[in-house]
Amino acid sequence: MPDYNEDDYLLLSGIQHFNFCRRQWALIHVEQQWEENVRTLEGTYVHRIADQPHLREKRGNKLIVRALPVHSGTLGITGICDVVEFVRDPAGIPLSGEEGLYLPYPVEYKRGKPKKNDSDRSQLIAQLMCLEEMLACDLSLGYLYYNETKHRVEVPVTLSDREQVKAVLQEMHHYFAKKHTPKAKAGPHCQSCSLHNVCLPEMLKKRSVASYIESRLSE
Amino acid sequence: MKKLLNTLFVTTPDTYLSLDGENIVIRQEENILGRYPLHNLEAVCTFGYAGVSPALMGSCAERSIGLTFMTRTGRFLARVTGESRGNVVLRKEQYRISDDERRSALVARNFILGKIYNAKWILERATRDYALRLDIPRIKKVSAALSESMNLVHSVEDLDILRGVEGSAAVQYNSVFDELILQQKDDFFFRGRNKRPPLDNVNALLSFAYTLLSNDVRSALESVGLDAYVGFLHRDRPGRASLALDMMEELRGVYADRFVLSLINKKLINPKGFYRKENGAVLMDDDTRKQVIKGWQERKQEKIIHPYLNEKISWGLVPYSQALLLARYIRGDLDEYPPFLWK
Ligand code: SF4
Repeated sequence: MPDYNEDDYLLLSGIQHFNFCRRQWALIHVEQQWEENVRTLEGTYVHRIADQPHLREKRGNKLIVRALPVHSGTLGITGICDVVEFVRDPAGIPLSGEEGLYLPYPVEYKRGKPKKNDSDRSQLIAQLMCLEEMLACDLSLGYLYYNETKHRVEVPVTLSDREQVKAVLQEMHHYFAKKHTPKAKAGPHCQSCSLHNVCLPEMLKKRSVASYIESRLSE
Repeated sequence: MKKLLNTLFVTTPDTYLSLDGENIVIRQEENILGRYPLHNLEAVCTFGYAGVSPALMGSCAERSIGLTFMTRTGRFLARVTGESRGNVVLRKEQYRISDDERRSALVARNFILGKIYNAKWILERATRDYALRLDIPRIKKVSAALSESMNLVHSVEDLDILRGVEGSAAVQYNSVFDELILQQKDDFFFRGRNKRPPLDNVNALLSFAYTLLSNDVRSALESVGLDAYVGFLHRDRPGRASLALDMMEELRGVYADRFVLSLINKKLINPKGFYRKENGAVLMDDDTRKQVIKGWQERKQEKIIHPYLNEKISWGLVPYSQALLLARYIRGDLDEYPPFLWK
């Protein structure tokens, strides 16, 4: 598969939007209808982190790196890993400036608690695939850390997980290339959607404007 | 629906606005006249050359708080905008429609339809509310003529014809507008529209209300990602917010005219607050202008049911909801642009 052009990279964080609602993802990432542009937000975030001296932390056989920018040319994505733990491992890869061999494990922080569906997993898997590509290594697991339960969940990554993420990303690239915003499929999830005001899903279920005008004029 | 935030109007001339932490501070020489948190604000509108610190401009631009400079009489001077955001795809489609006369006409006719419909119902309401005071047959005649214009507009696909119908409907409406002024008739009367400059008290009020409205409409269009300068009915002219003017057609009567009428009829405005210049131009004094702005802010808080969305919103969100609906139409989510049909 040919690599994506860097200009066409999608934001990794969009996977969770896409899983939540395709229209929401398109409104944010295709149309940039966000109160505050996501890219700007990520930009300031990285900036804030980069200004801090303790980005790297050594704990025993672990090297903990925060806010690590990652990308993948084959998947056509770019983003930031909250935390990547590099663990000393004879099967690992050499890191510049460090002695020994290491293997990376992405850790994704979530505000809430574990969800029933696996919407949080895809993003982590995509991060893992980015790390594999950038560091030329094979990985098999990452972690989800839930702030509410202060609990870390181990996420093994299988081949079929990867295929699934690839398929989702392909679909996202397809919409993105066509600049297409899917029509709303309104549901209970709309209640918690931050773009409800921009999307107005109820509106699309309304009668046609032509009949609205007709009925008003005939009054 | 979006939350209606406040607009800060600065009407005291020779003030200086600056940023202090998360607040706007208004200063006149050494005195601090006021301090307002930025997070409550949607827009800042200054009249009379108030200076603004670069830091405050930057903060407003970053938070998409509209910052507009007007002359004391309410003529638009400049606006500070940040990096252009939003939907290129949407704007390109807007330009395509604007370049195509027939497609433009299909949108424009709904603006005009809204304008005439609202004009008709302003008159109809008045005949109901003030049956004993008004020349009912005369107004009913105009109302019937407006209905006829509406039927015409409904099938027009040509911009020039549309402008023609719109023009004659406006003449009809203006011919009875004076009837709607029920108080202080010696000082407030309407003999026709004049604007450069306004030559009587009513025209001075109308001009000022249109300025306030156009500012709201322009911000609304920009906040949904449309280009306020590229219109359908009004064609491009450098420096003219054509799309804002388009959208104002349907809102002028129902929003601004009715507002002006209520100021006069409820005697919220005093004829002593107006003065005439040597060239005949009528201007308002600072207190009167403050009074108008106060009334405008209060009007924006009043609730109505949006006729198409069927949702309770405040008057202040009407420009925003129309802008949003226009964007939805341009993107292909709606079969037509739904004008604001008030009754
Ligand atoms: S409101 Fe509903 S349909 Fe619209 S973007 Fe949000 S979740 Fe999707």
